[in-house]
Amino acid sequence: MTAAVETAQTTTIHGDRVSLLRVLGPAHVWALGVGIVLVGEFTGWNFSADKGGALAALIVCWIVGLLYTSVAMIDSEVTSTVAAAGGQYAQAKHIVGPLMAFNVALFLVFAYTMLEVSDAILLGDTIVAKAGVEGLTHNSFIAATIVVLAWLNYRGVLMTLNVNFVITAIAYVSIVILFFSVSPWTQGAVLKLNELVTPGNALPYGWIGVIAAFQFGIWYYLGIEGTTQAAEEVRSPARSLPYGTMAGMITLLIAAAMTWYVCASLMPWEYLGITYYPLWDAGKLTGSPLLENLLFIATLLAALASANGCINDAARAWFSLGRDRYLPSWFSAVHPKYRTPYRSILFLLPIALAFAFIADLNQAITFSILSGVLQYTFMSINIMMFRKKWPLGSIRRGYTHPFHPLPAIVLFCLCMVTFFAIFLGFGSQLIAMTVFYFLISLWFHFYRYKFVRRGDQFSMPWPKPQGY
Amino acid sequence: MARYIPPEQNKAGQIFDIAVVVVAIFVALWLPLKLGLAGAAKSIDPLDAKTWDALGQNATMASIWEKLGYTPEMAHDIIQNRFHYIIDWPTLVIMAVVLIAYFVFLFRASDREYREVINEKFDDK
Repeated sequence: MTAAVETAQTTTIHGDRVSLLRVLGPAHVWALGVGIVLVGEFTGWNFSADKGGALAALIVCWIVGLLYTSVAMIDSEVTSTVAAAGGQYAQAKHIVGPLMAFNVALFLVFAYTMLEVSDAILLGDTIVAKAGVEGLTHNSFIAATIVVLAWLNYRGVLMTLNVNFVITAIAYVSIVILFFSVSPWTQGAVLKLNELVTPGNALPYGWIGVIAAFQFGIWYYLGIEGTTQAAEEVRSPARSLPYGTMAGMITLLIAAAMTWYVCASLMPWEYLGITYYPLWDAGKLTGSPLLENLLFIATLLAALASANGCINDAARAWFSLGRDRYLPSWFSAVHPKYRTPYRSILFLLPIALAFAFIADLNQAITFSILSGVLQYTFMSINIMMFRKKWPLGSIRRGYTHPFHPLPAIVLFCLCMVTFFAIFLGFGSQLIAMTVFYFLISLWFHFYRYKFVRRGDQFSMPWPKPQGY
Repeated sequence: MARYIPPEQNKAGQIFDIAVVVVAIFVALWLPLKLGLAGAAKSIDPLDAKTWDALGQNATMASIWEKLGYTPEMAHDIIQNRFHYIIDWPTLVIMAVVLIAYFVFLFRASDREYREVINEKFDDK
C-alpha cells in the first residue's frame, strides 16, 4: 500500500466516512495537466510577442520551457512522495508549515480561477467573432461555460476528466494537422517567416523586450503542475503522477514550438501580439476553410478543457483548506453520492463569474500568471528544504529527480527574471497582489490559525524531519 | 508537549470568516482593475503618414494585414501602440522590498507554526 493510500483523507457525512474516489490513471493525469495548459497555445502566449517581438516569443518559449521542466522534475519527486489532494498545498504543509500551505492554496485557487476566467472570456469572444452578429456580446457564452462546467465537476471527477481527455486530444491533434498542412519544411508557399521576422523587427525592443516577454511566455505552460491536484483520486500516485506530468510537459514543448513556427510565419508580430486567437487566425490565413473551421472548434475545445481542469483543481485546493480548518470546515464537505468537493465547487462559481464580467483577457491572464510565479518561487525553495529535512534514503520516494539542486536554482533564477518581466508593464498589479497575500497571511497567522489542530497537519508516515 | 485543542468555531464565526475571505479576494483582484492599476502600460506613438511603408510593413506584411481586413489607418493604432520600457527605480525598489518582506515573513512565521506541528506530532509518540 502506498503512503498516499494510507494517508487518504476522509470527511464525515451523516456519520459515514466519505473520501474522494481513486479512479484515475496516467492518461487522466496527462489530460488534467495538458487540458489546463493547451489553451495557452490557442491564446495568451502570443502576448509575449507584443512585449518583445516574434523572436522574443520563441526565446521565452524555450527558456520558460526550461523553467517548467524544472517545475515538472521537482513536482514529480515531491508529489510522488506527498500524494494528497491539494498538491503543492499538501507539500507545503508537510515541508514548510501551515502559513505557507495556506498561501500556496490561495496561489492555486487564484491561478486556476483566473485561468478559468480567461478561458471563458476566450470562448465567448471566439464565438462572438465567428458569429459576426451586430450587438451580440460574450456574456451569455461566458456564463453558460462556467455554469455547465461547474455542474460537470459537481457530478464527478471521472466523467470530468474523461471529457477532458477527449477534447484535449482533439485540440492537440488540430495543432499537428495545421502544422503539417502548411508544408513546414518549405518556406514561401504558405509560410513566410523570412519576410515576417526580419533582422529589423525580430527584437523590436532589444533584449529588454526578451526579458519582458517572460511574463506571457509563462502562458505556454502555466498549469502543468495542476496534475498533482488529483493525487488522492489517482489509483497509483507514485507511478501515474510523475509519468503523466512528464509526458504532459513533452507534449506541450512540442505543441509550443509548432505553434510559434506556424503563427510567426503567417502574421506580422504586431498583429500576433494582440490577437486573442492566434491559431484560429493562422487557420484563416492558410486560406483553407477546413483548417479555419478546425482551428475555430479546437480553440473552443481547448478553452473548455482548460476551464474544466481549472474548476477541478481550484475546488480541490479550496476543499483542502476547509478540511484542515485553515478556512471554515464547511468547505470540506464531500458529496455523499458523487464524492466531489461540491461546496468548494459551488463557492468558487460566482467568483469566477464575477471576474469574467469585470476583467479583460490580458488582465485575467496576468492575475493568473502572478499567482503561478509566486507558487513556482515557493517550489524552488520547497525542494531544497525537502531534501534537507529528509535526505535521500530517509523516506521512500516514488521518483527522485536528477541533478539536484540545479533544477531548483534554475527555477528560482527564472522566477526572479519573470517578476522583473511582470514589473515591466504590469508592476502596479504585482505590488497590489503581493500586498494582498501579505495581509491575508497576517490574518491567518494571528487569527485563523488558532482553529487549526497542530499535530493533524502532519499526516505522512515519515520520521521526524532533520533539524527539528 | 500538551496537545493543542482548538476552539470550536460557531456558525456565525464561520460565516464571518467566509465573508472576510470573499471581500479580500474581491479587493485584491477588483481594486487594481477599478483603480486602473491593472493592464499593460502602453501608449500610441502617432505617425502623420499612415501608409504601410511608414508603418514599417513590407509587401508581405501589408498583404496579410489586408487579408485580415485592416487598412493602414486601422492598423496604425495597433502597430504604433508600444511598450516604453523605462525602469522606474523607486517602483522597482518598492516591488522588491514588498516581495522580499512577504517571503521572509512567510517562511519565518511558517517555521514557528511548523515547530508546533512537529513537536505535537512527534512528542506524542
